[in-house]
Amino acid sequence: MMLTRESLLNWAMIAALLIVPVAAWSLDEPFIITLATKAAILALAGVGLNIALGLGGLISLGHAAFFGIGGYAMGILAAHAQNYEPLFEWPFLFEGSNQMPLIWLVAVVFSALAALVIGALSLRTSGVYFIMITLAFGQMLYYFAISWSAYGGEDGLSIWVRNEFPGLNTLDPIQFFAIAYVILCLALAFAARLARSPFGLALAAARQNEDRVQAVGLTPFTLRLTAFVISGAITGLAGALFADLNRFVSPTMLSWHTSGEIMIFVILGGVGRLYGPVAGTALYILLEHLLGGISDYWQIFLGVLLLLIVLFARGGLIGALAGREKAHG
Amino acid sequence: MADVVLKTDALNKSFGALQASRDVSLDLRPGEIHALIGPNGAGKSTLIKQIAGNLTPDSGTVELLGREVTALDTVARARMGLGRTFQISALAMEYTVLQNAVLGALGGRGRVFHFFRNVMKDPELLERARDALERVGLTDDANRRTADLSHGQRRQLEVAVALTLKPRLFLMDEPMAGLGTAGSKALTGFLDGLRQEAPILLVEHDMDAVFALADRISVLVYGQIIATGTADEIRANAEVRRAYLGEEDAA
Amino acid sequence: MTYILVLEQILNGLQLGMMLFLMAAGLTLVFGVMGLINLAHGSLYMVGAFAAAAVAGWTGSFLLALTASLAAAAAAGALMELVVIRRLYRRDHLDQVLATFALILIFSEGTRWLFGSFPLFLDVPSYLSGPVSLPGGIQYPLYRLTIILIGLAVAAGLFLLIARTRIGIQIRAGEADREMIAALGVDISKLYTVVFALGAALAGLAGALVGAIQSVQVGMGEPVLILAFVVIVIGGIGSIKGALAGALLVGMTDTLGSVFLPQLFAVFMDPASAASAGASLASMLIYILMAAILLVRPSGLYGGSA
Ligand SMILES: Nc1ncnc2c1ncn2[C@@H]1O[C@H](COP(=O)(O)OP(=O)(O)O)[C@@H](O)[C@H]1O
Ligand SMILES: [Mg+2]
Repeated sequence: MMLTRESLLNWAMIAALLIVPVAAWSLDEPFIITLATKAAILALAGVGLNIALGLGGLISLGHAAFFGIGGYAMGILAAHAQNYEPLFEWPFLFEGSNQMPLIWLVAVVFSALAALVIGALSLRTSGVYFIMITLAFGQMLYYFAISWSAYGGEDGLSIWVRNEFPGLNTLDPIQFFAIAYVILCLALAFAARLARSPFGLALAAARQNEDRVQAVGLTPFTLRLTAFVISGAITGLAGALFADLNRFVSPTMLSWHTSGEIMIFVILGGVGRLYGPVAGTALYILLEHLLGGISDYWQIFLGVLLLLIVLFARGGLIGALAGREKAHG
Repeated sequence: MADVVLKTDALNKSFGALQASRDVSLDLRPGEIHALIGPNGAGKSTLIKQIAGNLTPDSGTVELLGREVTALDTVARARMGLGRTFQISALAMEYTVLQNAVLGALGGRGRVFHFFRNVMKDPELLERARDALERVGLTDDANRRTADLSHGQRRQLEVAVALTLKPRLFLMDEPMAGLGTAGSKALTGFLDGLRQEAPILLVEHDMDAVFALADRISVLVYGQIIATGTADEIRANAEVRRAYLGEEDAA
Repeated sequence: MTYILVLEQILNGLQLGMMLFLMAAGLTLVFGVMGLINLAHGSLYMVGAFAAAAVAGWTGSFLLALTASLAAAAAAGALMELVVIRRLYRRDHLDQVLATFALILIFSEGTRWLFGSFPLFLDVPSYLSGPVSLPGGIQYPLYRLTIILIGLAVAAGLFLLIARTRIGIQIRAGEADREMIAALGVDISKLYTVVFALGAALAGLAGALVGAIQSVQVGMGEPVLILAFVVIVIGGIGSIKGALAGALLVGMTDTLGSVFLPQLFAVFMDPASAASAGASLASMLIYILMAAILLVRPSGLYGGSA
C-alpha cells in the first residue's frame, strides 16, 4: 500500500496522542495525561458520530443523548455499587457494578437501543426535519434527566472512586489513559474496516444517491438505521469513559451543546475523514487550554475559527494538511 | 416463464389538473425490445416511475413476472429482477466507476450486512462488476471518479450498473441521450444483443435507434397510448404521423 | 381542582404558545424562503431581551425597551445575514448547522463579555402589573394577557403581510421558485435580508416580553429555540399557519401536562412519587407529541413533502 500524505498524517497523530502522555508521565505531569485521556475519549465520541455523519450523511444533532446514556450507565451502576443498594431484585438480583467491562457493556447496549428508537423515528424524515428531530429527542432525554431526582436530577451524580478494570490500576492516570487509547484505536480500526465493507459501500452510496441504492435493490432506511445504531453505541461507550474520567455525570452530558461539540470535533478535523475526530479533538483541547488561559471568553475565538473553517476551509485540519480527499477503495 | 414479463393495466396518474398517464396498458414479452416514444412531456418518465415503483398510480395495476406489484416499493421490484437506468444519471458521484459497478453487483447478490470484509477485494463482486463494465466499454475508465466522467460515459455506466443486477427485464429511460452518433451506434448494437438476455422497455428519442431496434413501438401522447405496433405499422399509422412524427418533421 | 384553575392554565398555555409562535414564525419563514436552518435564532431572542433590559435600565420606559428589542434584534439579524448567513444559502445543511452554531458561541460569549454572567432583570411596568378580572370570575395577570394579545396581533399582522402586501407576494414567490422571482426583477438579496431581519425582530420581541417574566441571561434563547424547532416540525416547515397551530399545541401540551399530569398520577400513586413521575413524563410530553405526529405525518401538519 502506498502511504499517502493523509495516512502519514494519521499515523503521526495517533503516535503523538501516545507520545505526549507517555512523555508527561515520565516528567510526572499528570494533568497533561488527563488532557490526553480526555482527547482520546472525546475523539472516540467523534468516531462514533462520524459513522453516521461522515459515512452516512446523517446530520445528527442529538448524539449527546447517546453520550449521556453511556455516562448515566456508568453513574447509575457505580452509584448502586458504592451504596450497596441493588439496582433491582426481581426477576434476579442485580447489584450495580464498579467493573468497567460490565459498565461498558450496559452503556453500549442502552445507547444502541436508544439509537434504534430515535433513529427509527427520525429516519422517517430527512433534511432539516432530521436535524431538528434528533435535536429534539436529545433534548427530551436532557429534560428527563433533570427531572429524574432519584439520580441527582439537575445536580448529577458523583462517584467517589474510579471504576475498576481487571489487572490495571485505573486510579493511575497513565493506566486509565492506556484504556481509553486502546479503545480509541480499536474503534478507529473498526471504522476503517466498516468504511470499506459491503455495508460501508452501500451506506455511503445512499448518502450520495438514494435512488441508485434503491434501484439496485437495497433499502437506504435499513442501512442508515444500522449505521445510526452503531454510531450511537460507540458514542455511548465514549460517554461511559468520559463519566469515569470525571467520576461525575450530569444532564450537561445530554445537552445539545454537547451534541454540537461532538460535531465540532468531527468538523474541525474534516468531515468524512477517518481520523478527523482525532485531529479535531486534539485541536479543540489545545485551543481550550491555550485560549482558555488567555481569556475566559475563549469560545468566541472557537466560534470565529469554526465559522472560518466552515466558510472557507471545508476540509478541516486534515484537509488543510493533506489536501483533497481521494475516492476510497 | 410467464408469457409476458411486464404488464400494466389501465394506469392513471395525475399531477393536479395535469393527467400524465391515461389508461396506459402495455406489456413486455420475453426476448423483445419494446420502445416507448412520444414528445417531451408526454408522460414517458412518469410511466417508467410507476413501473419501477417510484410513483404510485392513482388507479390501475402493474404486474411483474406474473405477480401484481402495484403495492411493492422500488427496492422490492428491483429484487424481483427489474434493472433500470435513469433519464438523469443516478450514480454515486464520489465513487470510482468500478465502485458503482460493485455497488450494483452487491445489490444483485444481496447480503449487504457485512461489516468487516473488504468489498473491493471480493472476487465474485469484482468479476461481476468488471464484466459489466467491459460489456459497455468502460474497462479503461474503471478507476476514474464518476464525477469526472463525460455525460455519455455516465449513461454507459448506468447501463453497466443495471447489467450487474442480472435482471429479468430492463427499464431504460433515454439511455442514448447525449451519447453522440458513435456512442449511440455502439449502444444500439449492444442493446440489440441484450434482448436475448432480458427484454427491454426502452424510452428513447433517437428515432434511428428506435426503428432499428424495436420489435414493437408504443406511442404516448398526452399521457395516452395512441398506437402500438411494429416499426412499419407505426410508420404507416396516420394518427401517429399527425400527432407525433408530423411535429418532429416540422421542427 | 376547579374550572377556574383549568381556565387559568389554558390561558398560560396560550401565552406560552404565542411566545413560541413569535420564535417559530421567523424560523419557518427563513426556512421556507431561503431554505436555511438557523440555530442562532435563539441568540436573536437573547439580543432582544438584553437590549430591552439595558434600555429599561437607562430610561425606565418599558415601551422604549420593547422598541429597542425590536430594533436591536432586527439590526443584529440584518448584520448576521449580511456577513455570514448569505454565504450559506447555497451550502448544505451541515454547513448551515455548523456556521450558525458558531454564531451562537460568538453571540453567547460576546454577551457574557459585555454584560457579565449575572442575570439582568426587566420589570413589568406598573400599568401592566397586577391581575385583571376576566368574565367568569377569573383573576389573570394583566401582563400575561398582554403577551397573548400582542402575539395574536403579530400573528394577524403576519398573515395580512403575507396575503396582502407586495413583500408578502415576493415571499410566497420566493418559496415557490427562486429563479422565478429573480426573473421578475425583485432584488432577491435585499428581500432575504428583510425577511431575515423581520424574523429576528419577532424573536427579539419575544425575548423582551419573556424577559420581564423570567430573568434575562446568556443562553436563555436555546431552550426556546429547541421548543420552536419542535413547533415547526409539528406544524410543517415553511408554513406560518403550521407554526401557529404547532405553537398552540406545544404551548398547551407543555403547560397543561406539567400541571395536571402529577395530579393525574396522584390518583393511583403516593403523592411524592406521583409528583416526580408526573414531572418526568410532563417534561417529555411535547416530544412524545412530536413523535406521534411524525408517525402519522412525517412532514408535519401543514407541510408538503419532507
Ligand atoms: N412530480 C411531478 N409533479 C408535477 N408534474 C409532473 C411531475 N412529474 C412530471 N410532471 C409533469 O407530467 C408531464 C409528463 O412528464 P414526464 O413523464 O417527465 O414526460 P416525458 O418523460 O415524456 O418527457 C409533464 O408535463 C411534467 O411537467
Ligand atoms: Mg422523460
